[in-house]
Amino acid sequence: MVHSFVKPTRTFWISLLAFGSAAAIFSPATAADADVVSFNRDIRPILSDNCFYCHGPDASHRQADLRLDLRDEAVAAKAIVLGKPAESSLVVRINSTDPDELMPPPESHKKLDAKQKALLTRWIEQGAEYQKHWAYEPPVKATVPAGAQAIDHLVRQRLVKLGLEPSPEADRRTLIRRLSFDLTGLPPTPTEVEAFVADPSPDAYEKLVERLLASQHYGERMAIGWLDVVRFADTIGYHSDNPRNVWPYRDYVIKSFNDNKPFDRFTIEQLAGDLVPDANQETRIASAFNRILLTTEEGGAQAKDYEARMLTDRVRAVGAVWLGQTTGCSGCHDHKFDPITMRDFYSLGAFFADIEERAIGKREDGMVVAPPEELKKLADLDAALAAARKTLDAVTPQLDAAQKQWEHDVVAYEVTLPELKLDAPAKPEEKKAAEQTAAALKKEFAKRNGAEREAIQKYFRTRVSPELFRAEQDGFAKAEKDRNDFYGPLTKCLVSVKKATPSVVRILPRGNWMDESGEVMKPAFPAYLPAPKIEGREPNRLDLAQWLVSRDNPLTARVVMNRLWKQFFGTGLSRVLDDLGAQGEPPVNPELLDWLACEFMDSKWDMKHMVRTIVSSATYRQSSIASAEKIAADPGNRELARQSAYRVDAELVRDAALATSSLLVRTIGGPSVKPYQPDGYWENLNFPPRTYPADVGEKQYRRGLYTWWQRSFLHPSMLAFDAPSREECCAERTRSNIPQQALALLNDPTYVEASRAFAARIMKECTGTPEERVAWAWKQALQRLPRVEEMETVMPLYRQQLAAYQADPAAADALLKVGFTPAPADLDKPELAAWTHVARVLFNLHETITRN
Amino acid sequence: MLHSHLHAAVARRAFLGKTAQGVGAVALASLASPEVASAAALRGVLDPPPLPQKAKRVIWLTMAGGPSHLETFDHKPKLAEMDGQPMPESMTKGQQLAQLQGAKLTCFGPQHPFKPMGPNGTHICELFPQIGSVLGDICLIRSMTTDAINHDPAHMFMNTGSQIAGRPSMGSWVTYGLGSEAADLPGFVVLTSLGKGGQNQPIAARQWSSGFLPSKYQGVQLRGKGDPVLYLGNPTGVTRDRQGLDIAAINVLNAQHDALTGDPEIATRIAQYEMAFAMQASVPGLMDMAAESPATFELYGCQPGDGSFASNCMLARRLAERGVRFIQLYHKDWDHHGGVKEGITFKTQEIDRACMALITDLKNHGMLDSTLIVWAGEFGRTPMSQGGSGRDHHNKAMSVWLAGGGIKGGLVYGSTDDLGYAAVEDVCTVHDLHATMLNRLGIRHDAFTVKFQGLDAKLTGVEGARVLDTILA
Repeated sequence: MVHSFVKPTRTFWISLLAFGSAAAIFSPATAADADVVSFNRDIRPILSDNCFYCHGPDASHRQADLRLDLRDEAVAAKAIVLGKPAESSLVVRINSTDPDELMPPPESHKKLDAKQKALLTRWIEQGAEYQKHWAYEPPVKATVPAGAQAIDHLVRQRLVKLGLEPSPEADRRTLIRRLSFDLTGLPPTPTEVEAFVADPSPDAYEKLVERLLASQHYGERMAIGWLDVVRFADTIGYHSDNPRNVWPYRDYVIKSFNDNKPFDRFTIEQLAGDLVPDANQETRIASAFNRILLTTEEGGAQAKDYEARMLTDRVRAVGAVWLGQTTGCSGCHDHKFDPITMRDFYSLGAFFADIEERAIGKREDGMVVAPPEELKKLADLDAALAAARKTLDAVTPQLDAAQKQWEHDVVAYEVTLPELKLDAPAKPEEKKAAEQTAAALKKEFAKRNGAEREAIQKYFRTRVSPELFRAEQDGFAKAEKDRNDFYGPLTKCLVSVKKATPSVVRILPRGNWMDESGEVMKPAFPAYLPAPKIEGREPNRLDLAQWLVSRDNPLTARVVMNRLWKQFFGTGLSRVLDDLGAQGEPPVNPELLDWLACEFMDSKWDMKHMVRTIVSSATYRQSSIASAEKIAADPGNRELARQSAYRVDAELVRDAALATSSLLVRTIGGPSVKPYQPDGYWENLNFPPRTYPADVGEKQYRRGLYTWWQRSFLHPSMLAFDAPSREECCAERTRSNIPQQALALLNDPTYVEASRAFAARIMKECTGTPEERVAWAWKQALQRLPRVEEMETVMPLYRQQLAAYQADPAAADALLKVGFTPAPADLDKPELAAWTHVARVLFNLHETITRN
Repeated sequence: MLHSHLHAAVARRAFLGKTAQGVGAVALASLASPEVASAAALRGVLDPPPLPQKAKRVIWLTMAGGPSHLETFDHKPKLAEMDGQPMPESMTKGQQLAQLQGAKLTCFGPQHPFKPMGPNGTHICELFPQIGSVLGDICLIRSMTTDAINHDPAHMFMNTGSQIAGRPSMGSWVTYGLGSEAADLPGFVVLTSLGKGGQNQPIAARQWSSGFLPSKYQGVQLRGKGDPVLYLGNPTGVTRDRQGLDIAAINVLNAQHDALTGDPEIATRIAQYEMAFAMQASVPGLMDMAAESPATFELYGCQPGDGSFASNCMLARRLAERGVRFIQLYHKDWDHHGGVKEGITFKTQEIDRACMALITDLKNHGMLDSTLIVWAGEFGRTPMSQGGSGRDHHNKAMSVWLAGGGIKGGLVYGSTDDLGYAAVEDVCTVHDLHATMLNRLGIRHDAFTVKFQGLDAKLTGVEGARVLDTILA
């Protein structure tokens, strides 16, 4: 039956056209599928997108008191008369020719096509069975025949139905390149490629996978996607967009992936690392997750406004990171498509009401992150400071009495402070302190503010009566300086700290923070999802975290596996990574997504196991090159009859060039770094205005993921290649192809310098003919030899550039000066410049920045 | 069509590249061929637009910081009478305040006199004689309101219709809908300028982000200093010819790779390199204002390359001539918490002549009818005093104006109460403004949607918006 085909089987028709023969692919299984309309697959997407807006879960916007998301109500209202489409008002209305009757109404700009109308009709004919939304049902693990690879089995089951053949395995050079980018984010070296290509052992591929999984760069690669979805950045985001201390959290994420920390523990540490019974420095750093949202220092910002913003930000984050639910909609009204109510929203938000933080203003320094001996030393210095303060406090009454007498005298006799006399030989800072003191003294005692009182006290103690209790004063000053000198350079990180009394969370009517009429909400799990009963106490963040990764939660494992799938195939099994709700896409291969989710939980949330399982599959190992017919049959490659080719992430574009040029510094972790950036790029930042001193030395050549993440002005090369600003959780980067990418790869000093460094390698490490050098360079950058036509394209380029620079040596000089690392002095400059162009061409190739 | 065009161009180039002349000269010569250029221009998804298109492009003059309506375009003699008296509590109770939270609220009279100008004797601040001289082309809206009260969220709301980051700005929406006629320039261009008063609020790049729309619709900033477009300049030592040789080689190698892999992204990549190379030539041409006549500089009151708002206005006209769809200027320094009197004087010196010049210049070029000009801040300011000389942020009233394509000139729309505290007549929301602008561009705001997080997301939000029919010409 033609009409029952929707998205998942759309490819069937295309392949039918492509192959011109129905018999070849029309298997009995397909026919059976086609007969029965499935609510989740066929009907819910239509109802959700076209009807639920007015006839769905949101009571406040409901029209005609009709719900189509609940079968009983739809039947009671006679919208659906079971088995009788002609009597069902739903069918009558969608087919009406009267604009006043027609549904969806014309002003909604929604329109059902003939196929959708037929589906609804047939569904009612068949009894209008409803199903719970697929993602809220527990995942079921498909039975896989003994000895079969589960992924391959489940993928091929569909391919057989669709009449598609899997593609052959990619060649070994492609495989190692793909695996290296996917697992470590770095291209393989020619030596690694040769070793793998030549490895005759049957488990050569498995050995390679294990080697890459054990690499410390694995954690860096895996961290990129996680840092996007949790919106990790170095700055606060709003307005002044000032820095804050959070980079240890980034390193925590890298280390957790490298240690293969079970994902349930990883989740719990981030949401509640301060509340776990075995809390330690590492788990507390993890809890920075709760602090890396947007904050403001804007003058005039209102605390309640930003309390509301932070609450909603956190609820959106839980939705994006773990639940795959667009929770944000329910901040103002019950969700229009999914069963998330405003109560659910604000009670989720209430889990975070115990976090100690200022609603507005500068963030605190955070927790000191240091080895135990340094923490001990800091504690000692703090104790010494406290002792010195105590000593000073003991003599303070006498100091204060003396000060009072002096103040009285100055005011009574109108004494001019010595520094303010016309011919005083005072330094500017002394003069300033005296001015402040004199101004403060002019005010009545009760009207002086804290700063003014402090200015007077400091002036008195240092300038007027420096000898009075000198030892006590010096002791305090020294203790304070020792402590601050030691404390200043220590690493700090914002972390979650539980406060004694949680803030009051209310439902904000229509999301309006000024309306305080809403009901007070306590922490509670969303009512529409299975959740444990917690008796005798209020659930807390730890409970929330444990619930997210409990076996009962049908969403988290699916959401995480769907995102992981995208890293290895370019698209999620369900395309919309942050929405597994009604408006998302039912997974193309639900059995496969469910199998992955179950296996993930069965393996005790073992991430490396899942990565290994995916990349070991024949499905992953397929070639990405396919016939035009095959591509036409499934243009988006949703059925995986081949691999996909796609441009690598922004960070990896940089990493590949630096790695090939040998400039890359492979240190793991540490403070964020500042690669070259065009002058004036931060000119629109203010409070304070900022300059951007690019880092020198090793910090200039670090991997892309360590780039300073300035939310309001992300590094332009990163931005050009679609790195997100991380102001909001980003489950999926767009993958664009825009002229700014060409300009960055051609002209950003990072790539010009890398080209020159690569050119120097070409000249030094390959001493053959120019043709041999081109071949060597090709192997370094692309892990293969150039083809004849490529050689014929590049050699003339090399010769033309060489001739041009020989005629214009000053230009060669100028080009070779780009970047902080000096060019080797022992190489012929025009020649080095010409090879720089060849290297630059290589770095700009589509193939170089594509993983296939 | 796009692909077959490109394939033809690339195949030809790849073939030529292999001839005895080498890659260089021939490939380079074909780089700027018109067929490629036309393929590179952005196509809109609304082709043709569903409504009659009265304006083909937008020039949005964003007055960043929040201009006081009470010293610009909203005449409030009653507020002058009440100067120094307590603000009636009935007006302010329970309302949003920014820096005046908890402070005593005192009426603060307008700091500059108003006088009647334009064909209908509309009262505007006397420091705007030039704008006054073109009031016949301007529709003044005195009843504008917004939701946000702090700069950053308020700009986001004004640009994207939402206070949550990640939504496309209006320039991106419009370029997505209508595409761009500029083959070698971005379709959405942003320029910024500073004021002399020192209250230059930060502006984040998210204000011109394409949000959930593809990156090719994002605003591209044209900068006054350094490369006008980031990474536009060749590395030192690399001439345009040498750059061209490299790009030609890159494109030939990519085409050769395409022949083996059939990856459709490669054709796009080749087009992007051609666009980049074309921009490297066209942007300096655009920025080089030497060809403009002395009379034009006199009209705007600026010097070539002085980075002023006036100079950006002139650039805006040049961008409009080149087919750029959406041009947004940010002029900063309107945040007059203190010294509003002196501050506004500075601002009028910076913008009064420039605004008049832009309208006049476009008219002289026959482009005013097809260009929609919008002048707006992100919010207004309180009729209450802050610190005795300034005004706080305020979202219940602000003045904006529109001119050009499909807008009725010489009109005043809406009004505020006697003290200029709240819009009371024909109250207009940011979504209404957006809906009206889209309407002039031929777009139905309620049908112009993109699926995002399950929702048919619209620039004009979920709560509905109305087109301001009375101001349409």
